[in-house]
Amino acid sequence: MNNTPNTNVKILNVALADDDEDDRMLFREAIEEIEMRTKLSTFNNGQELMDYLTLPNILLPNLVFLDLNMPIKNGMQCLMDIRNNPLLNTMAVAIYSTSSSEKDIEQTFVNGANIYINKPNDFSKLREAIEKVLQINWQYHTSNLNRDNFLYRI
Amino acid sequence: MRVCIKYDSDFICRAVLKEQFEELGIPFNIHSLGELEINEHLSAEQRSALIAALKKYGIEIIDDPKMALVQRIKYAIDDMLEDDMAKLQKISTYLADKLNYSYTYLSNLFSESTYTSIENFIILRKVDHAKELITNTDLTLTEIAYRLNYSSVAHLSGQFKKTTGLTPTAFQKIIEKRKQNSIRPA
Repeated sequence: MNNTPNTNVKILNVALADDDEDDRMLFREAIEEIEMRTKLSTFNNGQELMDYLTLPNILLPNLVFLDLNMPIKNGMQCLMDIRNNPLLNTMAVAIYSTSSSEKDIEQTFVNGANIYINKPNDFSKLREAIEKVLQINWQYHTSNLNRDNFLYRI
Repeated sequence: MRVCIKYDSDFICRAVLKEQFEELGIPFNIHSLGELEINEHLSAEQRSALIAALKKYGIEIIDDPKMALVQRIKYAIDDMLEDDMAKLQKISTYLADKLNYSYTYLSNLFSESTYTSIENFIILRKVDHAKELITNTDLTLTEIAYRLNYSSVAHLSGQFKKTTGLTPTAFQKIIEKRKQNSIRPA
């Protein structure tokens, strides 16, 4: 029960899997500039993330950002592993990708993603996008909204 | 075999509370959903047993009085959206009357504690309601717009798109496909 709506939680646990070091760094800088209190863990690819998530007794992230194109295990495979694992299924999943193909986007939502973000190419837009995603995720995390219907595209 | 169920979360919550309090032998009264009174002093053990018992159902005791008021604002918003008469009133008047605080106070407190405003939260709640109706009923968008007190379908669609980044039709298509694949993110 790591992710039941919890009004007393003050810090949002966030994980990011992205194989590009610069992108990970920019993401960290952006999330640190946002007012909301967060704790970010980063992973170099999908396999590293999944190895971490399936460790015993860890505090699961509230929200996971997945890059789609990663070596070893890509974002789509991670997404399906997460949605097929009852212990992980309560996490919100955001796909974070440069692809803007409508087909890709629909496919990630159908496979259980909650959020789709087109990677912006400018830092202030990135910060703004992450902020919006964190805000909406916070509402789902702390209010009585139906999570089955949590879809958000930015 | 696929079975559809209908449920009332208010009813479920009351039933769970009754069951758990009776099991621990703690006398209580439910005032309104989100607030109840315990008729005796709880020992530290009783209190932690109660917290553990309720946690299984995702129910929490809110210690911080400000957070408790934020929660009451959210419940009042839900009541307001379900009440046909309340729709005629201004949000600010409705909430101030119901909760006995000035709207300015409520509005500032809400924004400080939730990373959103009361107005935005109401939009989110209405869109959430629209999503339920889109996925669980055969109502048309026009009927849904009317039922949720939107001035037009265009207004509903616009707010839906702005809040979710998706059109109501795209949303519906994704949920349909998920049902076919039996994918249910929690």
